[in-house]
Amino acid sequence: MTSAYLDFVRIRFLMMLAYRVNYYSGIIIYAINIGAYYFLWKAIYGSAETLQGFTVIQMSTYVAVSWMARAFYYNNLDREISNEIVDGSVAIQIIRPYSYLLVKMMQGFGEGLFRLLLFMVPGMVIVSFIFPITLPTDPVQWIVFFVMIWFSFLINSQINILTGLGAFFFENNQGIMSMKRIMVDLLSGVIVPMAFFPGWAISIMNWLPFQAITYLPGSVFTGRIQGDAVWNALLVQVIWTAVLIVPIMLLWRVARRRLFVQGG
Amino acid sequence: MKRLSFLLSLYRDYFANYMKTKLTYRGDFLIEVLSDLMFNGMNLVFIFIVFQHTPSLGDWSEAEVVFVYGYFMIASGLFSTFFNVWNFSERYIVKGEMDRILTRPAHSLSQVMLENMDPPAIVGSIVGLVIMITSWATLGLPFHIYDPFVLIIMVLGSCFIYMGIYTALSAISFFSDAPTGIGPLIYNIQNYGRYPVEIYNKAIRFLLTWLLPFAFVGVYPASFFLGRLDDWWMAWLTPVVGVIVMSLGLWFWNYGVRRYRGAGS
Repeated sequence: MTSAYLDFVRIRFLMMLAYRVNYYSGIIIYAINIGAYYFLWKAIYGSAETLQGFTVIQMSTYVAVSWMARAFYYNNLDREISNEIVDGSVAIQIIRPYSYLLVKMMQGFGEGLFRLLLFMVPGMVIVSFIFPITLPTDPVQWIVFFVMIWFSFLINSQINILTGLGAFFFENNQGIMSMKRIMVDLLSGVIVPMAFFPGWAISIMNWLPFQAITYLPGSVFTGRIQGDAVWNALLVQVIWTAVLIVPIMLLWRVARRRLFVQGG
Repeated sequence: MKRLSFLLSLYRDYFANYMKTKLTYRGDFLIEVLSDLMFNGMNLVFIFIVFQHTPSLGDWSEAEVVFVYGYFMIASGLFSTFFNVWNFSERYIVKGEMDRILTRPAHSLSQVMLENMDPPAIVGSIVGLVIMITSWATLGLPFHIYDPFVLIIMVLGSCFIYMGIYTALSAISFFSDAPTGIGPLIYNIQNYGRYPVEIYNKAIRFLLTWLLPFAFVGVYPASFFLGRLDDWWMAWLTPVVGVIVMSLGLWFWNYGVRRYRGAGS
């Protein structure tokens, strides 16, 4: 059974490989994005050495690594699930002898793996030539970072699954999905690191799962979070991964009874 | 003239049709407006957060950057209302709907635009206008009687730039049936035209001004009202560039339609 699930990872990986031209343009997209945010932040820093504990170099490293991590954890599971619900093909999937949601996770992982190898690694090499960023030298820091973006992937996919399942209740949930995307981008720290938000906002964001997606791994990678605090950050991610399973299970149980297919 | 009234009547019918489909999904309609506003809100939050940590961005004050953003919202809201063809390749080329379009008398691009129009996006323009007027007052800018007319011309120019570029991008699909992924590339670049261009290096500045002229959708035309352009004619290039880009886009679209062979499924 496990091997069947691994096959879903493999198949999605190969599927992505078939459309790889898309991803060469993807590398350029991310490089340009990182470039523009680099100049923006340079202008924001002006003559200041550090802002909110980030040095200029740390900031550009943070920008680069958080966009690259986004390449790995980002997926369209929400859109895939809601499309399958709206066109009714989810009905066939549910009666098959596997867990529908687990299969979706595996497919998302296949996609993430593809982007990690053909996108994030070459992209990071290119970016580190163009912009002044410092990569950590301690191998432990690298290992922890990869473990952490693995959890970023889990948490982000869980949020995507939750949004996608919303299609059971709203019939057409395009709006909710774009709202979710905006919230994840803003609150996870891709656009602004959490430390830059005003105090009251930080205390709210501490109670939300989004920081675990980008801000925590990015902070560990740039060395802003060190020592025991690293394990705390990891713990936050583990807790959120576990906690998010609950609403997904609940929603899934209710949703299966509600399924009605529009024009199917 | 006859063609124009024909197009206008089409517009009315399509709009009625649009309302019917949308009212079936009432709850979603509201969320769509909200998510549009949230997207713009996110960009404003970014500006506000940035200015908590710095007094100026390349010698532009917070109110000035917000002013530019307000202008940008007006133009981009208007653009997305009438030109919402993000999934052109999937819907029209891969699924073969282009063949249906081509058998009809109205111009193919206008049909595609009408089928995909997105009236809720106009709310963004209204909010943008409010933001612009508010920062106008905050900055204590002088108000001239001609300013509203200039604004209309500038906004139309900016819209034309957007439409021309995205028409050309959509037309690429006529030559290849696989999605190119170039859309998101451009989508990201368009955001940089909102910030003072002098903060970028020469290459990006050149790109934003002359190759993909997104600086004319934000910072140049808005500087006309802010009165802070070194070269006064830069702002007035907005409508000129708009007409040029739109014509190029249309030409490329028509050329693509002639070359189009259909997916043959």
